[in-house]
Amino acid sequence: MKKVDLLNVSKSYDGHHYVIHEISVSIETGEFFVLVGPSGCGKSTMLRMIAGLENISEGEIWIEGRKANHLLPHERDISMVFQNYALFPHLTVEKNIRFGLHTKKISKQEQKRRCQEAAEMLGLTELLDRKPRELSGGQRQRVALARAIVTQSSICLMDEPLSNLDAKLRAKMRSEIRQIQRQLGITMIYVTHDQIEAMTMADRMMVLNKGEIQQIGRPLDIYNRPANTFVASFIGSPPMNLAKVKFEGNVLIFEDGRAFAISEKVSKTVKEKDLLIGIRPEAIRLARNGENALVVTTVNSEILGTETFISFQMANVQWVARWNGQWNIPIGKKIPIIVNEQDIFLFSAKNGQRLYSSPQEKSSFSLEEEILL
Amino acid sequence: MRTAKTIILYILLIMSAAVMVFPIFYAFMISFMEGREVLGGRIIPQSFTFDNYMSAFERVPLLRYLWNSFIVSLAIMVGQLVVSSLAAFAFAFLTFRGRDFLFFLFISTMMIPWEATMVPNFMTVQKLGWLNTYTGLTVPFFALAFGTFLLRQHFKTIPIELYEASLVAGISRFRFFWSVVLPVSKTSLVTLGIYSFLTAWNMYLWPLLVTNNDSVRTVQIGLKQMQSQEISTEWGVVMAAVVIVILPTLILLFAGQKRLQSGLTQGAIK
Amino acid sequence: MKAETELPVKVEEKEKGRRTLPMFVQGALYLSPSLVLFFIFLFYPMARTIYLSLFLTDGQGEPIRFVGFENFTYLFQSPSFQNSIKATVLFVLYTVPAGILLALFLAIIANEKLKGIGFFRTIFSSTMGMSVAASSVIWMFMYNPAIGLFNQIVQVFGLSETQWLLDPKYALLAVSAATIWMNTGFAFLVLLGGLQNIDQQLYEYAKIAGVGYFYQLRKITLPLLSPTLFFIITVSLINAFQTFGQIDMLTKGGPIETTNVIVYSIYKDAFINHNIGSASAQAVLLFFAILLVTLLQFKIGEKKVHYQ
Repeated sequence: MKKVDLLNVSKSYDGHHYVIHEISVSIETGEFFVLVGPSGCGKSTMLRMIAGLENISEGEIWIEGRKANHLLPHERDISMVFQNYALFPHLTVEKNIRFGLHTKKISKQEQKRRCQEAAEMLGLTELLDRKPRELSGGQRQRVALARAIVTQSSICLMDEPLSNLDAKLRAKMRSEIRQIQRQLGITMIYVTHDQIEAMTMADRMMVLNKGEIQQIGRPLDIYNRPANTFVASFIGSPPMNLAKVKFEGNVLIFEDGRAFAISEKVSKTVKEKDLLIGIRPEAIRLARNGENALVVTTVNSEILGTETFISFQMANVQWVARWNGQWNIPIGKKIPIIVNEQDIFLFSAKNGQRLYSSPQEKSSFSLEEEILL
Repeated sequence: MRTAKTIILYILLIMSAAVMVFPIFYAFMISFMEGREVLGGRIIPQSFTFDNYMSAFERVPLLRYLWNSFIVSLAIMVGQLVVSSLAAFAFAFLTFRGRDFLFFLFISTMMIPWEATMVPNFMTVQKLGWLNTYTGLTVPFFALAFGTFLLRQHFKTIPIELYEASLVAGISRFRFFWSVVLPVSKTSLVTLGIYSFLTAWNMYLWPLLVTNNDSVRTVQIGLKQMQSQEISTEWGVVMAAVVIVILPTLILLFAGQKRLQSGLTQGAIK
Repeated sequence: MKAETELPVKVEEKEKGRRTLPMFVQGALYLSPSLVLFFIFLFYPMARTIYLSLFLTDGQGEPIRFVGFENFTYLFQSPSFQNSIKATVLFVLYTVPAGILLALFLAIIANEKLKGIGFFRTIFSSTMGMSVAASSVIWMFMYNPAIGLFNQIVQVFGLSETQWLLDPKYALLAVSAATIWMNTGFAFLVLLGGLQNIDQQLYEYAKIAGVGYFYQLRKITLPLLSPTLFFIITVSLINAFQTFGQIDMLTKGGPIETTNVIVYSIYKDAFINHNIGSASAQAVLLFFAILLVTLLQFKIGEKKVHYQ
């Protein structure tokens, strides 16, 4: 039995303009499912509909085999963590965590026990007597988390819980949340606009834009096979490089006249003429002597220590290449670059849909193989 | 469950609204009734007549009263805005010795109940020859600690760097006050303005003391005057006068409601 | 373009070529209108009132003979003043708690997100636009023994006509009812503002947790509303002590001084009986009463109010 099922769910506030368009998805028990997309794409609205805080205009939502459209929030076996934590400023941390537990008909001792457990799990035992205003952002976030855990609901909803924290804290909490979720076996539905969070935390994720599903799948599948230009440029940092090309014969012609030859396998699958070519920054490498390279002019270079991002002019757009190591390349220098055909993506210029990507599995590493070799 | 709660809420809202608005509604209704209908104890007029309004203007110097109230309220509003904003500017931007002491002085004025000062104030105004004048009705009220604090709060949200930069550029402090602070604080000024105008329009005790003839009598005291005249039993006319008196403030209240509410809330939290 | 200058520590020192007044004078200049007015119309009168309260005065308000605290002792022994105190205290007790509870109730139901809620909010705040004089006239009409609304209702229930404003039993209650109505608008607006300042997500969490409506009211709304409640209680108390207008219009302190609240008593003594010394003494007592009430409020409030 699926945990949460959405069937053609749509939402409109005025009957004309729809903010959510016919979303269907099934979320499995114990899954860490992420809703990701830019601001305003509707992901928070979706979460709130699952929670029961917003009405569903059309479609059905099923929770644990029961139709849940008209169930009140507390009838849905859910807990929720808000972006701004929603802690009660006048209650202590302990009272905050235990808030509402009495409705689940558990004894005071049981409440205390659960509270202690959750506090230990999240390192809050010293803070139980404090008030929220005495806590740091990260501590408040953990209180909100503890509050969700003690309910022992099987579904937990999180609405951008990490967006108010600084980068370091975020990275730490990402890992903590994931571990807790695995440990407790909670079905997690997590909303974020940060694609790194989505990629690192999700079992599966749904990319949303303007209220419509762009793609659902496992993070690596989405990364390696984006369904359209939106997903391709949204997932991955720096984003995938895109440029307009025209398809003629066996050649892709850029807007500045330069050409990129493609093999038969590729040209067979392409039916349209106006395309967008997509190449991930890490797929652009320095050409060696003798290779058929494209010569481009460096516009900017950022050395991060572990890798270097090199920006260069490509037809009418700027592209970024990502190279391991520290490269010292002066601005204006011409460099020869080359891309493998198996690394290119072709999208329709009309609707952004992916028309071609290499059928080969992306090279991923297996620990055993590497060691044995 | 959701709909049951909604229905109960609507019932409560409608009943409460009916009770709360009834006196005003009643006044409106009576003002349109003919004399005999009023004596008959009706609530809704059968015949809709403007006679009462015409009588009100003819038999009571209502127009003069309205004009007086308008002048007085406007003067107090402008006076309070000017005096308070100047003081607020000093507290918000200028630093000088004794500023904190003076600020405390301002606070202390809020502790003095106005009634404790009314007798000597009356005598002062009498000695100055300000009885039965617009001056006597307005000037004593130009200084308002509450208004100063309200504006000071808002002025403090203007970054001090702006002020310092203008000084470096050679702009006089007053210029800065006039061309930068005031325009930026429009919302608070409007809030204070509405509050001042409303309060001034509704003032009762002081106009009672300071006017003993119709020359500058305000409309509130005019209502009281009507009581001691024969017209006091013609309730239709009386209510028409009441409606005329409350119409400006009701309209102003409705127009500025949202602003007033947020302004009051900020004051409360501080 | 001038080259960028560093911001000097004391900005005034950079203003060369202009004779600028020292800061103190500038500050005083801006504050002078307020200060002059405060002095003439607030500080001086207050001092004078205290001064006059220690004297026997003539009809013109000029002090004749120093009598120390005699004015005060006389007041405390006079049944008329004792009546005044009783009327004032009762009036405050009748109007403040009931008024705030009413405003709170209205604010709570008007805080919901329902269609047309704006209309109801406007109506509930409407009494703020009503002057004391206008409201008093309307209520006077409603209390009219012959054709007033209340007696009409009372007759429907088979009871006899009541002289609402002339019967010592009912006069203070009648004035109190009118006062509660008049003051609701302001209190409603303040409390509504306080309610809207409460983070809505707290209620959403409560919904998810499954706690009931009244539990939310007790455990979330009231504690977080307490600063605002404290403010409005303080303001209402101070206002109640200063009531005058409706007394003057409705009952003139009567019948048999049952509505002779303290400000009206001061007014009568000063402007009708021309007994300035006594009026001043009462004014001093009023000042201290308000001071006391405010201090008590702060003492109690400090403990019970939850600040964020």
